[in-house]
Amino acid sequence: MNWNCVKLNLTAATAALLISGCGQPGGPVPVNADGAGGASDSLMGGGSSFVYPVMNRWTSDYNKKTGVQVNYQSLGSSGGVKQFTVKTLDFGATDAPMNEEQLAEVKEPVLHIPVVMGAVAVTYNIAGLKAPLTLSGPLIADIYQGKIKKWNDPAIVALNSGVALPDADIVSVRRADGSGTTFIFADFLAKTSPEWEKNIGVGNSLEWPADSIGGKGNEGVSAQVQRQANSIGYVELVYALEAKLPVAAIINQAQKPVLPSVESVTAAAAELTTVPEDLRMSITNATGDGAYPMAGITWVVARETMDDASKAAALKQFFTYILSDESQAKANELKYSKLPEKLLTPAREKVAQIKGKP
Amino acid sequence: MSASPSFSPLTGEPRVRPFASTPSRTLRRYDRLAFGLSVVSGLIILALLAGILYQLVFLSVPALQRFGFGFLTSTEWDPVHEQFGALPFLYGTLVSSAVALLIATPFGIGTALFLTEMAPKNVRDIIAFVVDMLAAIPSVVYGLWGIFVLAPFIQEDLSPVLQKYLGFLPLFQGRNDGVSMLTAGIILAIMVVPFITAISREVLLTAPADLKAASLALGATKWETIWKVVLPYSRIGIGGGIVLALGRALGETMAVTMVIGNMPEISASLLRPGHSMAAVIANEFREADSAIYLSALVAVGLVLFVVALVINLAARLLLWRMRGVAKN
Amino acid sequence: MSQRISIPYGGSSHIARRRMYNTFWLIVLGACALALIAPLVGILGYLMVKGFSSLNLAFFTKLPAPVGETGGGVANAIVGSLMVISMGAVAAIPLGIMTAVYVNEFSRGSRLATVVRFVCDMLNATPSIILGIFAYSVVVLPTGQFSAIAGSFALFVMMTPVVVRGSEEILRTVPDSIRAASLALGSSRWQTIWKVVLPAARRGITTASCLALARIGGETAPLLFTALGNDFWNLDPTKPTNTLPVQIYKFASSPYPDWHRQAWAAALLLVILISITNAIARYATRTKTVA
Repeated sequence: MNWNCVKLNLTAATAALLISGCGQPGGPVPVNADGAGGASDSLMGGGSSFVYPVMNRWTSDYNKKTGVQVNYQSLGSSGGVKQFTVKTLDFGATDAPMNEEQLAEVKEPVLHIPVVMGAVAVTYNIAGLKAPLTLSGPLIADIYQGKIKKWNDPAIVALNSGVALPDADIVSVRRADGSGTTFIFADFLAKTSPEWEKNIGVGNSLEWPADSIGGKGNEGVSAQVQRQANSIGYVELVYALEAKLPVAAIINQAQKPVLPSVESVTAAAAELTTVPEDLRMSITNATGDGAYPMAGITWVVARETMDDASKAAALKQFFTYILSDESQAKANELKYSKLPEKLLTPAREKVAQIKGKP
Repeated sequence: MSASPSFSPLTGEPRVRPFASTPSRTLRRYDRLAFGLSVVSGLIILALLAGILYQLVFLSVPALQRFGFGFLTSTEWDPVHEQFGALPFLYGTLVSSAVALLIATPFGIGTALFLTEMAPKNVRDIIAFVVDMLAAIPSVVYGLWGIFVLAPFIQEDLSPVLQKYLGFLPLFQGRNDGVSMLTAGIILAIMVVPFITAISREVLLTAPADLKAASLALGATKWETIWKVVLPYSRIGIGGGIVLALGRALGETMAVTMVIGNMPEISASLLRPGHSMAAVIANEFREADSAIYLSALVAVGLVLFVVALVINLAARLLLWRMRGVAKN
Repeated sequence: MSQRISIPYGGSSHIARRRMYNTFWLIVLGACALALIAPLVGILGYLMVKGFSSLNLAFFTKLPAPVGETGGGVANAIVGSLMVISMGAVAAIPLGIMTAVYVNEFSRGSRLATVVRFVCDMLNATPSIILGIFAYSVVVLPTGQFSAIAGSFALFVMMTPVVVRGSEEILRTVPDSIRAASLALGSSRWQTIWKVVLPAARRGITTASCLALARIGGETAPLLFTALGNDFWNLDPTKPTNTLPVQIYKFASSPYPDWHRQAWAAALLLVILISITNAIARYATRTKTVA
């Protein structure tokens, strides 16, 4: 049934985009006239598993609207970058920007386009605790380095006056697999704890110091935390919200405790003073009273000049669609954080740069 | 083509050449064509195995060159620093399969004996249907059931009991995780039971009826006949079946991936998560972003391939021996 | 057989003990058999309870729904699975039968035939994930894209040896007397095979092929990095394609309850489809086989 719709829609694809896309209230979708001519009707993308659910929603809606099939497969960020590099994908999606080495391997100019934001939430399991815990970067760094061993350590109590903390050993839970979640977590800790920066550093997976427990994926970590009394762990915010896990407020640069939420993550990027030209940046430990400090960006990566002009046109239209206000609002519904204007504008400019080989 | 009957040394079957002559010339051309086609088909089969082996070796050369024999003995699996050792996976594959066989063997043989020696026809049909169904359920469905039903059951109900009564064993010490080596072992056990049952049953059916009748006539009970006549006779063949089932369990991918916990660690406790060779490939092959990482994964595949083939050869040797025994 | 059988004499208490032993162990054997029912009922029960209510028309006609949207189905996965499996089978079944003909008809007992049979057993023993690596390296890498063909190729390699061994076993049950009769009437070898032997074995070969189909129908591992996946309709064999087992895996490993529900439904559907294939296999020969 649906398939017939697709076939019928193929011819009318571009027209449909122009009509229904632009006609949506609340979001002007700028469609370049030059791209409208011979846009391809299918695109292949893949990468970040974090962004998969929202990407899936976007591609599904986009298909209904335009008939264009954007097949996005969850391969993990590094898988996305790799497959994009060897051209099995038209575009990749990644939670960590490509580094210089990876960029050099592509041999062509690569555009990093932010599409959505996420965050890392610190979750815990303390019996009977109702109020959310407040923690800071140095504190978390000390816990994970095994320097703070008990929940009733004076340093924790100082931030949580009035909360009854047990005299129990803290069990720290971490990701066992390489992940963008760990990257954001470590990036924030390195910025706030010089010791962490010196001894452990930043990466998708780390040489963990103390006797911590590894869990595979967000499910693994949250399952460990749920079953292990007096434990602490970190998971993607979307996951924590979906699974209704208790989350800690984190002290940000303005010394305010901020709970992770869809809005506080957007706020982390809203007060950026400088945005680098290539949009590869970190937004952990952001300024601003309401900014959640353990936030990150997911980018799509594409070649500035694509071999196939019709693919370039199609990609441009799809990216324009996902950066529209309407699509960004959909991301919020799925508990992802939409991009603030400060990032949306340069992101849309990047999209406009995509072109096909003449 | 010798005129005297000869026997194939491997299969023990007589070498028969049904087509000694062909009638007419045009028809012979079709014969040649058909023969040629069939030879080519056979050669394609050989080429497939050769191709698999070649690709595995070819792609794993970089990793094997870099890590050498240490690849098999190192426990470090660190994609960030590009250090790769396959021991935790080898260990996990062997241990989860061993757990599976320990559980599945008594049930498999018991069921086979029940089917061949005891069950009335209608009960036999029901049990045979159950075994068939268990064999027909796909791996990914076992995995689905494993994560949502079996893993919570093991964590909340089975593990506390095991820890209470067998907690003195290192096997059941430490934290108890739902996804674990034990969960993988139990899922695998359910998956290979039909296999053991089928082969044991086939072997048991070859036990000569006259020996059984003789034993019963001498006044032995049914169980004594099974224990002292049927089982000794079928011992080697059943052993072969168990080893074949081991080969099955080693290569099982999806169900194990979903319940084993995917942690490249070696732990004495069965209640802790582990990893397996097939699972690490399924999990990480698409994500491997550096050449050496991919090569290391293929090298894990090569190890798995070699282990599976060796086990299978061992099983076949046992079954051939059994057949040899049966002939004499 | 030189097994010593000692049945000792004893008083009536001794006999009573032996009887007790006998009863005890026979009950144990029965219990072993009955114990197998538990996991089957457990699995099928959960599939029915959790999956059955989701098996509505939309499930068979709609694309997978994104998170946040209810409804949706796995229609593209069903079609994709059929495509990938049938492409694999179209290559595997003739090749398998032809090889069986070689092994059992043209060169029975020859060295090469023995080697081919042996190699089939080895291919049969090869873990399916290895076939995924193989298909990735010989199809995906050279063509530069994940595709239905790559998935079919992996399944083809998996299915062929099953067809060979199954058909060959059936061909062996065709008595040599009818071959001799055909040849004596002046038929050529090929005429004998084509007109006499294969028709005699037709039902058996159908069974073998269906069993092989059922075996590959639920395979996930070799499709993960060959056919990959697709959230849309695809009938182009050179493009990535969704399949039912891969879709189940995707649903199951997500954090969303609605996707878990669909995973159960899709799993129920897959088990039903495979059971039907098995039933056809059984019907074709109307004999009972275990596993």
